[in-house]
Amino acid sequence: MIARKRERPIEPLLWMLFSAGGMASALLFPALVFLFGLAFPLGWLPPTHYEHLRALVLHPLTRLVLFGVCMLSLFHWAHRFKYTLYDGLQVQHLNELINAFCYGGAIVGTMVAGYVLATL
Amino acid sequence: MAERITMQVSRYRPEIESDAQFQEYEVPCPKDWVVLDGLNYVKDQLDGTLSYRWSCRMGVCGSCGMMVNGEPKLTCATFLADYAPGPVKVEPLRNFPVVRDLIVEIGDFMRKLVAVKPWIVRKEEKPVSQGEYLQTPDELDEYKQYSMCINCMLCYSACPIYGLDPNFIGPAAIALAQRYNLDSRDEGAAERLEVLSQHEGIWGCTFVGECTEVCPKHVDPAGAIQRYKLTATMDWAKSFILPKAGSGKREAGSDA
Amino acid sequence: MTHQPIYRDYHPRWLRPRMSTYWWLGKWPYVKFILRELSSIFVAWFVVYLLVMVYMVSRGESSYRDFLNLSANPVMLTVNVIAFFFITFHALTWFAVAPQAIVAHIGKKKVPAILIAAAHYGAWVVVSALIFWLLLR
Repeated sequence: MIARKRERPIEPLLWMLFSAGGMASALLFPALVFLFGLAFPLGWLPPTHYEHLRALVLHPLTRLVLFGVCMLSLFHWAHRFKYTLYDGLQVQHLNELINAFCYGGAIVGTMVAGYVLATL
Repeated sequence: MAERITMQVSRYRPEIESDAQFQEYEVPCPKDWVVLDGLNYVKDQLDGTLSYRWSCRMGVCGSCGMMVNGEPKLTCATFLADYAPGPVKVEPLRNFPVVRDLIVEIGDFMRKLVAVKPWIVRKEEKPVSQGEYLQTPDELDEYKQYSMCINCMLCYSACPIYGLDPNFIGPAAIALAQRYNLDSRDEGAAERLEVLSQHEGIWGCTFVGECTEVCPKHVDPAGAIQRYKLTATMDWAKSFILPKAGSGKREAGSDA
Repeated sequence: MTHQPIYRDYHPRWLRPRMSTYWWLGKWPYVKFILRELSSIFVAWFVVYLLVMVYMVSRGESSYRDFLNLSANPVMLTVNVIAFFFITFHALTWFAVAPQAIVAHIGKKKVPAILIAAAHYGAWVVVSALIFWLLLR
């Protein structure tokens, strides 16, 4: 293992995306899932008035922030889930398939998010 | 007056068996006895064939690491009475090949330790006539925690990643690399980066954090690894802006 | 002419127990670790949910009503209750380890770990308060 392979420059990038995604989702998602997943459907709080929410959602800053958070969160999932499959299920021999599924999924998801948010 | 406690000790004698099995021994259990005292009693009085490693019996040599009731412990620092009424299960350190009874093969760790160059690396040594390298208490504080490692390998036993992939360089090796990276006298961070930045280096770690929990010297290897991930990532990012910058040494700070 | 026998050094067989697929059930800290890792699935789920919400909001008021009804559907509600716990668990475990991973310096002095933790939890409170304010006024 000593100097067997040259440094893989992709690792720091993937970890940075994972880290940023973890931070973004940790800061934003609890409040959002509380409101849109629990409080509004269960009637604990009145849902946001339509016109106000529409204006908020269509605002370019909101769309930009949402795109950033979605992209980073997807890469956070990809990185973490890849290692869960490696370590939890010990399926390292399928690692090309796992990488394709995880990071490929994140890339596709990011493109979908970008398309949806750009064409609202 | 002292109670007795049963110790279930893992035995493995390759010349007569192909798998490990437990053998029970009843030993005295005074309140100041540690598990190592129990093992020594077994070897002295009950069964001289039991094989195990120990040395200082005071928690500084790192020789007597074993699994006690499934947890990696220094047997010289684990009180028998804490497990009363027993039984106490003593097994060899997990995630290492077992050579005999409670003795594990640690060559893998030794090779990894050497690979991270755990010594002061300098481009030029100061001649003795110019005196010592001076270091402020703050500079010492930077790496002191990581210098407390006694190479007991309890962290390797606790690390599921190492158990799953023995190529993983492991917590203690990275903590020791950090001990030198953060030492103000050292200039070898770039050399260590070569080994640490491989996939089985720091990037194999998923921050389970158990290594820090079991460390008897409070080295916090998990923290060392995460800090190094951040450092390595910052260096990598900087290398795009300033190609020659970055040595894996200094950490992100609000004031460079 | 007898040939020389080849002597091998005596090397007793080492025992190498294999790690079970269920290693993570062995200790509560390992279970917590796997649960933390699985929380990423719910993070990805919520990205999908957010995008659906944003899309339906942009399609008109009745579409927004449809979304609210969808979110009240028992199956959806159950998924989101679970998602809420996992996402909160993710946030709590993330901020809990932040001081271990981030050691900042001001000049030569280390910033105390408690301040790093406070900065993270503080940011969480501020961002959440901002979200509540934006969506509940």
